[in-house]
Amino acid sequence: MTDIPLSRIRNFSIIAHIDHGKSTLADRLIQATGALSDREMKEQVLDNMELERERGITIKAQTVRLTYRAKDGEDYVLNLMDTPGHVDFAYEVSRSLAACEGSLLVVDASQGVEAQTLANVYQAIEAGHEIVPVLNKIDLPAAEPERVKQQIEDVIGLPADDAVLISAKTGLNIEGVLEAIVTRLPPPKGDPRAPAKALLVDSWYDPYLGVIVLVRVKDGHLRKGQKIRMMSTGAVHTVEQVGVFTPKMVPVESLGPGEMGYLTAAIKTVADTKVGDTITDDRTPAAEPLPGFKPSIPVVWCGLYPVDADDFEKLRESLAKLRLNDASFHYEPETSAALGFGFRCGFLGLLHLEIVQERLSREFDLDLIATAPSVVYRLRKTNGEWIELHNPADMPDGSVVDAIEEPWIKATIFVPDDYLGAVLTLCNERRGQQVELTYVGNRAMAVYRLPLNEVVFDFYDRLKSVSRGYASFDYQWDGYQEGDLVKISILVNNEPVDALSFMAHRSAAEKRGRAICEKLKELIPRQLFKIPIQAAIGGRIIARETISALSKDVTAKCYGGDITRKRKLLEKQKEGKKRMRQFGKVEIPQSAFIAALKMDA
Amino acid sequence: MAEPLALYIHWPFCAAKCPYCDFNSHVRERVDQGRFRAALRRELAFEAARAGRRPLASIFFGGGTPSLMEPETAAALIADARALFDPLPEVEITLEANPTSAEAGTLAAFRAAGVNRLSLGVQSLREDQLRFLGRRHGAAEAVAALELARGLFPRLSFDLIYARPGQAEAAWRAELREALALAADHLSLYQLTIEPGTRFAAEHARGAFALPDGEAAARLYAATAEEAARFGLLPYEVSNYARPGAESRHNLQYWRYGDYLGIGPGAHQRLTLGGTLRAARRHRAPEEWLARVERQGHAITAEEALSPEERAREALLMGLRLAEGVDPARLRARSGRALEEAVDPAILAACLEEGYLAWTPEGRLRATEEGRLRLDALLPALLR
Repeated sequence: MTDIPLSRIRNFSIIAHIDHGKSTLADRLIQATGALSDREMKEQVLDNMELERERGITIKAQTVRLTYRAKDGEDYVLNLMDTPGHVDFAYEVSRSLAACEGSLLVVDASQGVEAQTLANVYQAIEAGHEIVPVLNKIDLPAAEPERVKQQIEDVIGLPADDAVLISAKTGLNIEGVLEAIVTRLPPPKGDPRAPAKALLVDSWYDPYLGVIVLVRVKDGHLRKGQKIRMMSTGAVHTVEQVGVFTPKMVPVESLGPGEMGYLTAAIKTVADTKVGDTITDDRTPAAEPLPGFKPSIPVVWCGLYPVDADDFEKLRESLAKLRLNDASFHYEPETSAALGFGFRCGFLGLLHLEIVQERLSREFDLDLIATAPSVVYRLRKTNGEWIELHNPADMPDGSVVDAIEEPWIKATIFVPDDYLGAVLTLCNERRGQQVELTYVGNRAMAVYRLPLNEVVFDFYDRLKSVSRGYASFDYQWDGYQEGDLVKISILVNNEPVDALSFMAHRSAAEKRGRAICEKLKELIPRQLFKIPIQAAIGGRIIARETISALSKDVTAKCYGGDITRKRKLLEKQKEGKKRMRQFGKVEIPQSAFIAALKMDA
Repeated sequence: MAEPLALYIHWPFCAAKCPYCDFNSHVRERVDQGRFRAALRRELAFEAARAGRRPLASIFFGGGTPSLMEPETAAALIADARALFDPLPEVEITLEANPTSAEAGTLAAFRAAGVNRLSLGVQSLREDQLRFLGRRHGAAEAVAALELARGLFPRLSFDLIYARPGQAEAAWRAELREALALAADHLSLYQLTIEPGTRFAAEHARGAFALPDGEAAARLYAATAEEAARFGLLPYEVSNYARPGAESRHNLQYWRYGDYLGIGPGAHQRLTLGGTLRAARRHRAPEEWLARVERQGHAITAEEALSPEERAREALLMGLRLAEGVDPARLRARSGRALEEAVDPAILAACLEEGYLAWTPEGRLRATEEGRLRLDALLPALLR
């Protein structure tokens, strides 16, 4: 394939809130440029994972190469980059954006700007993008294009006078979008004669081809047979195939500057292909890698356990399979006295956690129980050493801990006026610090600093319920900060239940400790002995409940004809106790802990 | 001397099925008394031939309603047993009977046949309660039957069912005092239990009535022991109360985990043969049982040697029902397992500390009243 002049390439992404029509617009663009026949079209071509399509979220970046003859008579190559749309994947998003020069900002003409839109558009601005506002769903009776244009100018600060008005659903003015891409977005820059330098945007595992690497070439060329080097690790691979997505995979001779496409090179796992890495030629390498590479680090951890202990091996295999395609989550074996054998797993965020959990149960048919998610705390010990805490159960003795730091976020919440009070109360309860409060029409935008650990504990659910589902929420990292944090242990019959221990701010410790004790009291059936349930900070009990002993349980009649039946029943009960967890002289059904954890989620 | 035997003989027929009863009982328009008599005698002879000539401690006619069999049947079986075994001088021969006037008429004949202890299924002294329980007798009839029986039999016991739906403690105390005044030396006082497959189970499941909850049932249980004690009757087993010396020797044989023969449809048996304790049971359906005995001399459907673990569990689950508890030496002799092997030491210690179990001065392990009240929860934790 001959090099396409840079002037006739446009690389762009689409920014939109969930449900504002990003995928539908992408589908229309693909159709309008004839990349797929009508027969090949299926709804939301780009989201090829079942889960992604169902939930309308994109986990992996994808590209489609569109060929478009513009009104100026020239043929243009338009590379559409579909980026993950959630803060959990913020780094992945930033790399996808770094592969483009411009973005379409799609806003629902009746709903207006949402929190997620805002966070993503700022990222695009940070990436130096030219941005074209697109108002979608203007065919709806509730569409208010003038109001939404004004909102874009007020809230985001982007001129929106010449926003493109479309209906992706009906196909109205798709042409206008294509023309705007050609005329209003800048072409890429690059040097065809410089040493090869390409951005590794994303990668995924294909059972037939091995790892498929999505790249954006900056300088030089990538071609079949070439020895390439990953600049962060120095690993060398021989390219087997390069190509583009139309969205079908179509091999090409080479990929030149400004182009997007894929390569395969017999790479076995995606863990060997780090997002944001720079790919160069092994013999004539580039002098400097592209800026901004950082390895992905899990920020939310939880324990995952099979409900049926016999599924442990299956869980191990399933996690290994998932990791083939998702190098950003981590897992290591862990044992819990309450839940048995399982894994401590690290995720990029709560959505990531939820996605992995859902995929495990859906694709691998596993019935799982997750412990309460925990953020990563930084502990300064009295000897000056810093350690990271992934699991509250591993918290060292309080006397050796000098200080604890916790991660904070900056959250942006959009909410209709009517629910603002409730949302502010919620944020304040969760130790939030107000940064900004502005009104746009009858909607308010609240920006709060919040400790992440207050957000992983049922914040979304509460936000949804206090705003009747009308609040939209997004966040970005805001660094670590020292806090008055304590580890709360839950003791059953005076023995700690590792899976239930958690970190909390001292001010909330008693309330949350008591809530768990009360919950367990309801869940654990009365037994032969009374069972104390306690919440404790170190050796100090902060809440206590007692499950009293059962008052009467004896067979009234037991004679010569009943012995066999009674013995067999007893033997069956003993067998059933193997599923119980021993706490001294009492045995607690695992189901009680599972129920306690489920109620948390 | 070989250990004494107890002999249980099952009569599987009733005039009507009571709504709470899950025993092996059947209602038939007519019963061929002669054939059943012959078959019971034949099965007894079969077991006696295996067991050998051993001391005989007791005979118990249970059911069903054994007072519905012809007294000649009891007479023949008692005579056979006396001939096949060596009856102890104080051999206890019990017959279960219902206190209907029809059955009362045959009591003298049963006494003549050799029965020396009568156990009457009175169940309640309140008319409405007798109707609820599906009984075919009235309260006055029951009292009359008791008075008649007291004149006929040297020993007398009767059953009552309590912890009935909505039963107040005061009402039960009053009813029980009336019963105690009728001067039996032994009472079986059962809390109403809903057994699967009974009419009550279906009614209870659809909410037709509710039983007292655990706390209320525990209070009624304590009240029962209190009232019985005033009349000198002590709880020697979970549901059985007697004047000292008047305990049912036959039932003690079960709870002390001795050998017993079980003759008749559905009867269970524990018999030591050649040093091995064997558990056997017989076909439950009366007609099939009859056909098998006539064909092959017995209707055993399953017989197995019990392992030391099984024997120890059975000995303890029965023995801990008794106020006297379990003698570790006897447990070891009967099961081949020491008490320390048979129980979880941590649970034992916890139960001793909690006051559910106690050691007697003679070194027996016994369940206290608090322990007996929770025995079904205690046993699965304690036994290994």
